[in-house]
Amino acid sequence: MNTMETRKNEPVRIGFYVCHCGVNIAHMVDVEAVAKYVATLPNVVVSRNYKYMCSDPGQEMIQRDIREQRLNRVVVAACSPLLHEHTFRGATEAGGLNPFYFQMVNIREHDSWVHTDRLEATRKAMALARAAIQRVPHHKPLEVKKVPINPDVLIVGGGIAGIHAAITMANAGKKVYLVEKEPSIGGHMAMFDKTFPTLDCAMCVLSPKMATVGSHPNITLWTYSEVVKVDGYVGNFKVTVRRKPRYIIEDLCTGCQECVANCVFKEPKFPDAFNLGLGKRKPVYMPFAQAIPSIAIIDPEVCLNFKKGKNPDGSYTVSDKCKKLCVVACGDRKAIDFTQKAVDKEITVGTIIMATGFKTFDPRRTPYYGYGVYPNVYTALELERVINASGPTEGHLVMRNGKEPKRVAIVHCVGSRDENTNRWCSRVCCLYSLKLAHLILEHTDAEVYNFYIDMRTPGKSMEEFYNRVAEEGMHLVRGRVADVYPDPNDTASGRLIVQAEDTLTNKILKIPVDMVVLSVGLEPRPEAEDLRRLFNLSCSSEGWFLERHPKLAPVSTFTDGIFLAGCCQGPKDIPDSVAQAGAAAAEAFSLIDKGYVEQEPNTAFVLAEECSGCKSCIPLCPYTAISFNEETKKAVINEALCKGCGTCVAACPSGSIVQNLFEDQEIFSEIDGVLAPLPQ
Amino acid sequence: MSDSTTKTPDGNWTPRIVAFFCNWCTYTAADLAGVSRMKYASNIRVIRLMCSGRVDPQFVVDAFAKGADGVLIGGCHPNDCHYVEGNYKCLRRYQMLKRMIADMGIEPDRLRLEWISAAEGEKVRRVVNEMVETVKQLGPLGIPAKFEQWDKEIDALAEHVAASEGAGAAGSSGQNKPQTAHTAHV
Repeated sequence: MNTMETRKNEPVRIGFYVCHCGVNIAHMVDVEAVAKYVATLPNVVVSRNYKYMCSDPGQEMIQRDIREQRLNRVVVAACSPLLHEHTFRGATEAGGLNPFYFQMVNIREHDSWVHTDRLEATRKAMALARAAIQRVPHHKPLEVKKVPINPDVLIVGGGIAGIHAAITMANAGKKVYLVEKEPSIGGHMAMFDKTFPTLDCAMCVLSPKMATVGSHPNITLWTYSEVVKVDGYVGNFKVTVRRKPRYIIEDLCTGCQECVANCVFKEPKFPDAFNLGLGKRKPVYMPFAQAIPSIAIIDPEVCLNFKKGKNPDGSYTVSDKCKKLCVVACGDRKAIDFTQKAVDKEITVGTIIMATGFKTFDPRRTPYYGYGVYPNVYTALELERVINASGPTEGHLVMRNGKEPKRVAIVHCVGSRDENTNRWCSRVCCLYSLKLAHLILEHTDAEVYNFYIDMRTPGKSMEEFYNRVAEEGMHLVRGRVADVYPDPNDTASGRLIVQAEDTLTNKILKIPVDMVVLSVGLEPRPEAEDLRRLFNLSCSSEGWFLERHPKLAPVSTFTDGIFLAGCCQGPKDIPDSVAQAGAAAAEAFSLIDKGYVEQEPNTAFVLAEECSGCKSCIPLCPYTAISFNEETKKAVINEALCKGCGTCVAACPSGSIVQNLFEDQEIFSEIDGVLAPLPQ
Repeated sequence: MSDSTTKTPDGNWTPRIVAFFCNWCTYTAADLAGVSRMKYASNIRVIRLMCSGRVDPQFVVDAFAKGADGVLIGGCHPNDCHYVEGNYKCLRRYQMLKRMIADMGIEPDRLRLEWISAAEGEKVRRVVNEMVETVKQLGPLGIPAKFEQWDKEIDALAEHVAASEGAGAAGSSGQNKPQTAHTAHV
């Protein structure tokens, strides 16, 4: 690979570089003192400090020193290895050395950023640097393993983010599996009426994309399905998807809805989930008019042909008590199958994009707003459905009592920016509240009040949208609503009083209104925790999926090959969700098109001559990578299966298992290094 | 090495804590604490391992032997291990180590295992600060100084034995000097 490695018995010559990181490190760590100290340590040939080691001149400095000073080891004290280890391994390699002759020292995240005493922080940097200087002579040249990548991709979640990612990948010729939990794709966006700031109708923008997903030859769409098992790793994930029974055979259903029309229930009578219970549906139904796939579904909870209640395994038993007019109506198509069972499909994909979205805050957690108690208190999402032309009232803004409201209060920040519920800003509520106010004014002659804490309208064209809508003649009141209660002077009409302090005039307002709309915030989905476990992701303390780096790797995760798109990573609007979906697709694409994944060579191997054949290691390996050779009576590690955790290494009683990059001697040297005496 | 290494330049003793953090959860959490500019005690020296399952009990014992006043191990929460169950293996060894170091005369509180997820930067701050407080209460451990003391005692004993035997066979004390145990840990 290079000339340096051939010189086997050459003495160790270390180059040490401490980075200022502008002032990020240098303000708290005396970098010159560190460099001076390290220069006194054994084997150190060069010890320098530099403003930005990761910059081109910094990396070139390393390469030049390797050539001119005949270095054969490199140590950089800078930021976290999770950020720039790769960069400096590259520089080491470019200088002509094996990249694994490099060791990184974290003196930014673990030192300068978290300590306040400059002397102590400097001493810590010295100790950590010394550990690396003592460790690096033990490093061995290693080869990066290249594993071929499966070009297929799995996308979890069929909202706008998942849809956009799926189309992007599929258009590029990749085979996409799109798995959606609900019977139709579309997600929250399909429920919206119009979208800010352009006020174009959500479905007009979304439905062509949904149709593309439904008909794309490269997309396998599995709705009403859930991922139940994930094995493997980047390039080669084995995923099990459970397709729940919809009691309609997808390939045979034409979406004609004859079954719905002929159901023994003449009138829809069950709450319609898509319309948030504001409308009604039959036991056999189409999720919504533009649903993709355009296939009916039967709800076994209420269909007369099923026995009441679930079996312990979650299935339903056919009662055969119904006249089954639906089956008659379906006729020769024979698309209805009451005996359908859940089917598990196993697929292999190389990359995964998580686009599992969000849930809206349940305002029953803020009882002072009266949601669920007073019928005229709505969530914003409910209002979207009421105002939508394909919604339960066909777009007429009427309340549950059938009357048009004369005065409407929109309450911002319900379940956002609140110490008692969620502390974060949900980012979209101010804007969708303004949009809803505009739509109410468009649909009715009502007077509209917006109660806000701060009006937050960042983003392209958003402030302009705010200015435009504000001029339409609505009341904007700066103050958090404290209470919503029935008007004591008018108990019959269901009128409510909204109480808030106008913080601009310092007056307590009590505004009588007919309708209250709660601008509910965005929350992680309740199943996010299960998904996190399933896919081996991390979550932020709020429960959003954690990106690898907030700025430099915003759609990557800590699990290689899994990317994030849309609101599962945090609240965002539609343009940002789509942009992020595109970014996630591009990241997945760049992995796939490379054709292989590079694996960190930190696998373990057995020193056969030392192994006593005790077999203690074999049951410890979660990947069954260790086997026992009955002929030689020694343990053998299959490098292809080993993931490099090192658990077997720590357990081997004879010390005959070695983990590359984390050899015993390397760790002991680090322990010795961090504890070695420092100059006073 | 002498006990003076645990002293700050102004002569006050301050604990030195060696930490073994797993790459995926706790090391990342410590990075997060950094990115979030949380402030905590500077006594901790983190050594990165891929998994808490890699923590060989010898690492812990060696850290104490070389002058650590406390050892902290950080791994992923149960069920969250990047390598499925390395953290459980670590837990078993930890429980064994707790008893073992107690037998060696090291207060078990000097060893601590914590599950810290990648999102829990705040927990890194809290645990490190608590650990430093606990070890401060316990005071210096100073095993290297004790080794020196024991070496001296052994040497004195050897000399004494040699002297009492010296009447018969003089001049053999140099060869009989026992090897000190702590220098041959690996």
